[in-house]
Amino acid sequence: MTVTLFDYPFMVNALRAGTIVAVVSGAMGWFMVLRRQTFAGHTLSLVGFPGAAGAILIGLSPAFGYFGFCIVAGVIIAMASPPVGSALYSEESAVIGSVQAFALACGFLFVNLYHGNLNGLTNLLFGSFLGITNGQVLSLLAVAVPALVALGLIARPLLFASVDPEVAAATGVPVRSLAVAFLLLLGIAAAEASQITGSLLVFALLVLPPATAQVITARPLLGICLSVVLGVAVTWAGLAMAYYTPYPTGTFITTLSFAAYVAARGIRTLGARTGTGPAPMREALT
Amino acid sequence: MTATLAILGWVPPIVGHPFMRNAFLAGTGIAAGCGAVGYFVVLRSQVFTGDALSHVAFTGALAALAAGVDLRVGLFGATIAVAVGMGVLGRSGRADDVVIGSVFAWMLGLGVLFLSIYTSNSSGANGTAGVSVLFGSILGLSAGAAAAAALIGVMILVGVFLIARPLLFSSLDEAVAAARGVPVRALGIGFLALVGLTAAETTQAVGALLLLGLLAAPAAAAHQLTTRPFRGLALATTLAIGAMWVGLAASYVFPSVPPSFAIIATAVASYAGASGLHHAAGRGLIARGHHDGTAHRSEAIHV
Repeated sequence: MTVTLFDYPFMVNALRAGTIVAVVSGAMGWFMVLRRQTFAGHTLSLVGFPGAAGAILIGLSPAFGYFGFCIVAGVIIAMASPPVGSALYSEESAVIGSVQAFALACGFLFVNLYHGNLNGLTNLLFGSFLGITNGQVLSLLAVAVPALVALGLIARPLLFASVDPEVAAATGVPVRSLAVAFLLLLGIAAAEASQITGSLLVFALLVLPPATAQVITARPLLGICLSVVLGVAVTWAGLAMAYYTPYPTGTFITTLSFAAYVAARGIRTLGARTGTGPAPMREALT
Repeated sequence: MTATLAILGWVPPIVGHPFMRNAFLAGTGIAAGCGAVGYFVVLRSQVFTGDALSHVAFTGALAALAAGVDLRVGLFGATIAVAVGMGVLGRSGRADDVVIGSVFAWMLGLGVLFLSIYTSNSSGANGTAGVSVLFGSILGLSAGAAAAAALIGVMILVGVFLIARPLLFSSLDEAVAAARGVPVRALGIGFLALVGLTAAETTQAVGALLLLGLLAAPAAAAHQLTTRPFRGLALATTLAIGAMWVGLAASYVFPSVPPSFAIIATAVASYAGASGLHHAAGRGLIARGHHDGTAHRSEAIHV
């Protein structure tokens, strides 16, 4: 059975690209969930759409648009955001919401101006695992490796700044620059994943495996590894199921990840009743 | 309605077209409800909840299409059910961001499934349905649909004004409101149901992906311009209706610009303008810190 799956070069490339995207999203998403920046992450994953549509409109490769828009939006959101935990949250979420709606409206305008076919629009939004070239896999890898190295370099202070920003700032950790650097990396991860899963489904890979991992364990390193493994597993399973059925890959990936999340929460609730649940994050760190 | 529009000299040629009349009628009702509900959505920091409901709207509408029933059945049913569910499951009528994100990521995956079922079954008969759910089709509303949308918009507006006073109290100081006997939890759930209704309603005009702009931007602009609650509520409603009218007129004058884009761009521009005014004047609630603003509002309620 697996022989037929790996026989086709397009499936092999889809699995390769899916793996790269799942690893990057699993690692970046773990910090996103820890920092409760799901709304910012969702917006970053959506702004790739106008980027790609705009790039196509002026005759560039969509990859430029994805990276350009996601990185710029990451910096804008980081700059406009007030310090963590301040009373300005309602203002921040209104800014993010307006940026998101405006970006998507621009994307729709670009598609209209291009007079492109509607399949192109659906592919930008919902992705296409088919027809991924060797070159695309290599370029995904070329961006993924430096992004993961950069995350590894800032991981320790970022963890500290995410869990207890006040103490981290007091001990000299550059909390604000770390926040900007992280949203930049999150933008890169979103741009990577958008090219494969489409703008609307990136968020599933960014939020579901990390949220599941954080329900299961409070240990940072173990959690990140678990999140990456879960992400890769659901991507592979989703691709395989989509290969054998007429239904879209995105549905399988999101449904499998959501099932894992619900199962993890159910098991933890049972564990908490018998007193064997994992300790909260704060205790594990101190 | 037509009389109001006729004040502007260039309007009569626009409303000569039945589809533009329908769009103005539906759009005014939709924008009015959206602006009023949005004021509280921003005040209660529930913009992300609105974002989630907009994706539920997409899935609900496509589920109805795939099942072969009227699109609006799925649209309104799904958003209101999920909104009430989020209110019931969350503490004091609000849900955790990660839980919301997880649920709507999955919802979107289901939406894609319904889209693929619908497009493969209908064999190109209505291949643009997915696009019009995502980005709206206000110029394509029939007279009946427009009248229904306007009526629901007015109902939302009335609903908001009926619960405005206790909702304001419980949004600003939940503990004190609960101590005074305000049913905080029931209000939170009731308000979320109204947000769900508004999300479904607004999807018909600007689409599931763009409704957040009409919900958040005029309301955020109103929050920048005034700290007085009822003035802010009226201002948010007015700005939303203004964005709708300007957007519709702009798309009539420039046919290559889709109305959804023009409406959202106007709404976001009003927010940017209000933000600029606010910073230039250096006053107002949000930038000065929540505390004196809260005091100001609490006074406004008690007086």
